[in-house]
Amino acid sequence: MSYFRAENLSLHFGGLKAVDAVSFAVEKGEILSIIGPNGAGKSSIFNLISRIYPPTSGKIFFEDQDITQQPAYDIARLGIARTFQNIELFENATVLSNLLVGRHRHSNTQLWQELLFLPSVRAGEKAHRRRVEQVIEFLDLEPYRDKLISGLPYGVRKVIELARALCSEPKLILLDEPSSGLNVEETDDMSFWIRDMKSELGITVLMVEHDMTLVNRVSDRVIALNYGRVLAMGSPSEVQHHPDVVAAYLGA
Amino acid sequence: MRFLFKTDYEDDIRLFPHSGYVYSYGLLLAVLLIAPYVLSSYLMSQLVFVCIYATVGVGLLILTGFTGQASLGHAAFLAIGAYTAAYLQQFNVPFPVYFLAAGLLTGLVGALVGFPALRLQGIYLVIATISFAFIVEEIMARWESVTHGNEGMRVKTMQLFGTTVSRDGPTFYYLCLAVLVLTIVGTLNLLRSPTGRAFVAIRDSETAARSMGINVALYKVKSFAISAGITGFAGVLFAHKLSFISPEMFTLQLSIEFIIVILIGGTFSLHGAVLGAIFLVMIDPFLTYLKDDMPGVIAGVAATLGAGTERAGHIQDAVAAFASANGLKGAIYGVIIVVFVLFEPLGLYGRWLKIKLFFQLFPLYKRATFKRQKIYVKSERNR
Repeated sequence: MSYFRAENLSLHFGGLKAVDAVSFAVEKGEILSIIGPNGAGKSSIFNLISRIYPPTSGKIFFEDQDITQQPAYDIARLGIARTFQNIELFENATVLSNLLVGRHRHSNTQLWQELLFLPSVRAGEKAHRRRVEQVIEFLDLEPYRDKLISGLPYGVRKVIELARALCSEPKLILLDEPSSGLNVEETDDMSFWIRDMKSELGITVLMVEHDMTLVNRVSDRVIALNYGRVLAMGSPSEVQHHPDVVAAYLGA
Repeated sequence: MRFLFKTDYEDDIRLFPHSGYVYSYGLLLAVLLIAPYVLSSYLMSQLVFVCIYATVGVGLLILTGFTGQASLGHAAFLAIGAYTAAYLQQFNVPFPVYFLAAGLLTGLVGALVGFPALRLQGIYLVIATISFAFIVEEIMARWESVTHGNEGMRVKTMQLFGTTVSRDGPTFYYLCLAVLVLTIVGTLNLLRSPTGRAFVAIRDSETAARSMGINVALYKVKSFAISAGITGFAGVLFAHKLSFISPEMFTLQLSIEFIIVILIGGTFSLHGAVLGAIFLVMIDPFLTYLKDDMPGVIAGVAATLGAGTERAGHIQDAVAAFASANGLKGAIYGVIIVVFVLFEPLGLYGRWLKIKLFFQLFPLYKRATFKRQKIYVKSERNR
């Protein structure tokens, strides 16, 4: 049994088949990249997994549990975190409180305890903060702790979004174009972090990416999509030289 | 300028970041405690209203400022609190019991309003809360066996632990102040714990909140319930202060006044609720002054400028007619809102922060520090 599995996953908007009977599996501890031209359905697959859209048909399994019908907020509780292609941070909050929101799935205090700020809440807050500081150190975010998101540059926001996902201590992380909008050095950093996430934190990574350098550098396996269908699956070089993939990118 | 060197996570958790806050708020509290022995009874009465309005403002801030759900129905929550108190009073229920009951019942109603509101956003939510307020107003007018309809209800003087608490006395003022302070402290506690962060997360991006494991529906309902509950508590005090309640007191205009409280005070901090309440309560005697004295003053000026006695009289009549026109108050409120939204979107508290920074940085303050800049990173929302 695979760690994470999508079976015949489909998402139709009327006649448009954004995702069409896609099946794939992610093994524990691997980095799997999904590539494909614009509109191939890559982000739609992520939105299906994180339950922003309900799938038209098909099933999603995580740790042998059917999560197709779980509500969106339960996905994070199961240990699947994600980042967004266009950054969905909490704009008018500090970096620190953004990251602390990432800890939400680990908080178990009751409303009345929080109103009184009982010692248990205080202890919980400190424990969350300690975990957040570990992530801050991991991603070199120390200078930005108390800054508001709305004043930060794009590249930093991108890293903060990754940090927020890491704060939830996920087992599987979905990265939606982690390098979009980043310059060459920032992309380099990102590739190191992605590999460290796998090797140091033991997180399984599923990522959508356009930058083939980054894909080649970090991925164990690659899936190529076009028009919502799987074109090829395999090692980065296999997929890149697959005739259908070449045709999809360059035209037959 | 003071630099804070943080050595413990506690430094980011505590309510007062440094000792300066302890002294200034301690001083403020001391001033508020001796106020009844210094101020005139008129100002004391105004101060009680400031406390009540600020309590409602804090409640509304939780919902509108921090969870991002607009509401124009808070007059209805205030009414439910007030009527619950007046109704239970008839059965000689002691004050602490009906005070709590009013808060809990209003909180429950707030939660029920929260459910249909889950699917609504922005202007549609505003319309839904307005209709809720109208429904409540209508129920108060029609459910005569409980509310005595348009006759209204008399609210008996408060009995607290065997003593009579007059609505004009210092004890009642202390009670209102205590409710306000406890509300503020509770809200601050909430805002520095997971629930408060979940509220802010929902305000800024529901999609991201959901993907971080926040049950958006649950937290919206919680926010509605807490906000309504606080307003219900304020409603009990409101009823006691007025000693008489009737449906026409809890109209849309009152809801708009609450919105003014937070909009003018500043929606990003609890300070806003207090500053806004002071503004709103103090603008009322000012408007009365304009209405009563302005026509005479203008006529006097006209007379000294050479207009004849007769023409000055005409001018006085015209200004008086204008000043007592129906709906003038609403129009003035409207103008105030527009001016603040355009020129001071951060409200009075935002202005205070700017003034404070000016003195902290003197003489290095730059005019452009708070210039609003356009940011071109707009995220695509999956709504």
